[in-house]
Amino acid sequence: MASVTFEGVSKHFGSVKAVHDVSFSISDGEFVCLLGPSGCGKTTTLRLIAGLEQATSGRIDIGDREVTYLNPKDRDIGMVFQDYALYPHMTIADNITYPLKVRGLGAAARRKRAEEVATSLQIANLLDRRPGQISGGQQQRTSVARAVVHKPQVFLFDEPLSNLDAKLRLEARSFLKHLQQELGVTAIYVTHDQAEAMALADRIAVMEGGRVVQMGPPLEVYRQPATTFVANFLGSPPMNLLRVRLELTKQQAMLVGETFRLQLPQISERLKGVVSEGEALIAGLRPEHLHMANDSDSWSIAGEVYAIEPLGPEALVTLKVGDSLVTARIFGDEPPKANVGEKAYLLFEPERLHLFKASGERIP
Amino acid sequence: MRLVRYTLARIVFYVTASLFASFFTLPLLWLAFAPFNEKAALSVTVPDSPSLANFGQVFKNTFAVRALFQNSAIQALGAMLIVTLFATLAAYALSRANIRGKDLISYGLVLFSSVVTGTAAMVPIFLLIFRLGLINTHLGVILVFSGGLLPAAIFIMRDFVDSIPRSYEESALVAGASPWRIFMDIAVPIVRPGMMVVAVWAFVNVWGGFLIPFILLRSPEKMPAAVAIYSFYTEAGTPIITLTAAYSLLYTIPVLILYLFVNWRYGFRFFGGIKS
Ligand SMILES: Nc1ncnc2c1ncn2[C@@H]1O[C@H](COP(=O)(O)OP(=O)(O)OP(=O)(O)O)[C@@H](O)[C@H]1O
Ligand SMILES: [Mg+2]
Repeated sequence: MASVTFEGVSKHFGSVKAVHDVSFSISDGEFVCLLGPSGCGKTTTLRLIAGLEQATSGRIDIGDREVTYLNPKDRDIGMVFQDYALYPHMTIADNITYPLKVRGLGAAARRKRAEEVATSLQIANLLDRRPGQISGGQQQRTSVARAVVHKPQVFLFDEPLSNLDAKLRLEARSFLKHLQQELGVTAIYVTHDQAEAMALADRIAVMEGGRVVQMGPPLEVYRQPATTFVANFLGSPPMNLLRVRLELTKQQAMLVGETFRLQLPQISERLKGVVSEGEALIAGLRPEHLHMANDSDSWSIAGEVYAIEPLGPEALVTLKVGDSLVTARIFGDEPPKANVGEKAYLLFEPERLHLFKASGERIP
Repeated sequence: MRLVRYTLARIVFYVTASLFASFFTLPLLWLAFAPFNEKAALSVTVPDSPSLANFGQVFKNTFAVRALFQNSAIQALGAMLIVTLFATLAAYALSRANIRGKDLISYGLVLFSSVVTGTAAMVPIFLLIFRLGLINTHLGVILVFSGGLLPAAIFIMRDFVDSIPRSYEESALVAGASPWRIFMDIAVPIVRPGMMVVAVWAFVNVWGGFLIPFILLRSPEKMPAAVAIYSFYTEAGTPIITLTAAYSLLYTIPVLILYLFVNWRYGFRFFGGIKS
């Protein structure tokens, strides 16, 4: 068990800045998810920790050791690859204990440890099969077993669930979370699935274009996204983002949208000195914070019903507001009754409103 | 109407195919029957009273027997080992190392291979082997064959190595294995079918090669079977058909056995890919 620290780490492939000036510190036993869209540098970051890539600049520490230039084998890590990378010519038992074989452990001791680990991962009955003879979920567990078998300091996961079907994925997710808490090992987990990150992580690091744009506990990142990018990436459906213009007078501040005007009361305090009159801003509203109404209110936006999608415990109601679409999650046994094209209003509480500069940065 | 045309087309197809097939089967049939026929001629006839007399005659020719079971074996096995081993190592390096223009090297090699052991190169090859003092040695023959076969062997092996996902090696790296260990534990077992194909192919090439040993060897004690078969010719230069037939059959058997073994054990294929 150990902490993992990045200090100004960059990895450039020619002119591609896969990871750029990334600094963070992950404490002992923590579960951190690296979250971001395709190509943002998640895998590269993980491979830098594993030693499969060498940093262009910066410094990486595991525990109290600098590992920036160490070989993978000297870093004491366990890694689960996206394709599981099980060796097709070896039995499951041999696959699981390969790290022990490399360390010179005898056959009997290896078998014993394989049985131990396999039992705790519920694959003990598969030990003598080959990877081609077991299911995807079982392959995933085998791969996890191989990563934990030598009790490494740090676990690395590269999208380990992406090859599983939806149902199995949920099961495997709970299982991974349970396992990590049971073992208490520092884990770094790469995913582009925000729900997975929210569910698993102690802290989420959201990456964009090779940088970490925000790092914090899932709920903090969810509730106070640092940029519109983060706001848009977390949540399903994502946060509604609307272009507005600020009208600032001595007494009051007004947000003017295409079909609505919102008067900001006490909140105007927080805008002072940060924004200026006439500035274009972005207003953000989470779908679950919107309620449907037939009448306008001082905190509402008007639009025409665009689509209603019942999902069981909730329904997604999408309104066309000017040129943009705004989605609300309406909870309740019955989906709201409204016809496409009808006028409707979405209400919200003022403290639920997020404000961002046009550049995307959050206004506190 | 369409049915008639379809049927006619099929008939024409099968007749043509049969003609071609018999054209190629006749020599094989001859090889199956003639050795057991004391009066064999160049026509395919089922012997009235099959006998092993021809083989008895052949085994009296110690020169030819040694050529087949000793010299051909040494040369073919030697080149087979060298080609398989070096092709695998080279293919691994070409596939995995960061060498600029490595694809160019690979394709260039294949072009070269036809040149190196081609007849046109015989004079320089002879001079080279002569200067190395390897004329009239098995080693000289083995090296020249290996040099000629390696490029294509590397090319075949590269396809097999390329089909191993990088993540296999990376996971072994993370597990703590050294590069040599990874090569032996992960890469070799996975590309073994390819190594077998290359081995058989190299063996067959040397086994059947005539020109190189004929030119590089001097003493009859070192000649392989492909050359020794001429000892079953009369002074006038015509083959004694009965003996040539028997010797040819003996000559084919090791190759057949090797092929059948590899095919049974690994399956014969010329491309990579993981069968899990
Ligand atoms: N070996 C490499 N050579 C050149 N460019 C690379 C290499 N590896 C990654 N890159 C580039 O670096 C960037 C980040 O890649 P990375 O694999 O880290 O993304 P990712 O966040 O894991 O994406 P995904 O979700 O698609 O796996 C990409 O633009 C990619 O093309
Ligand atoms: Mg990736």
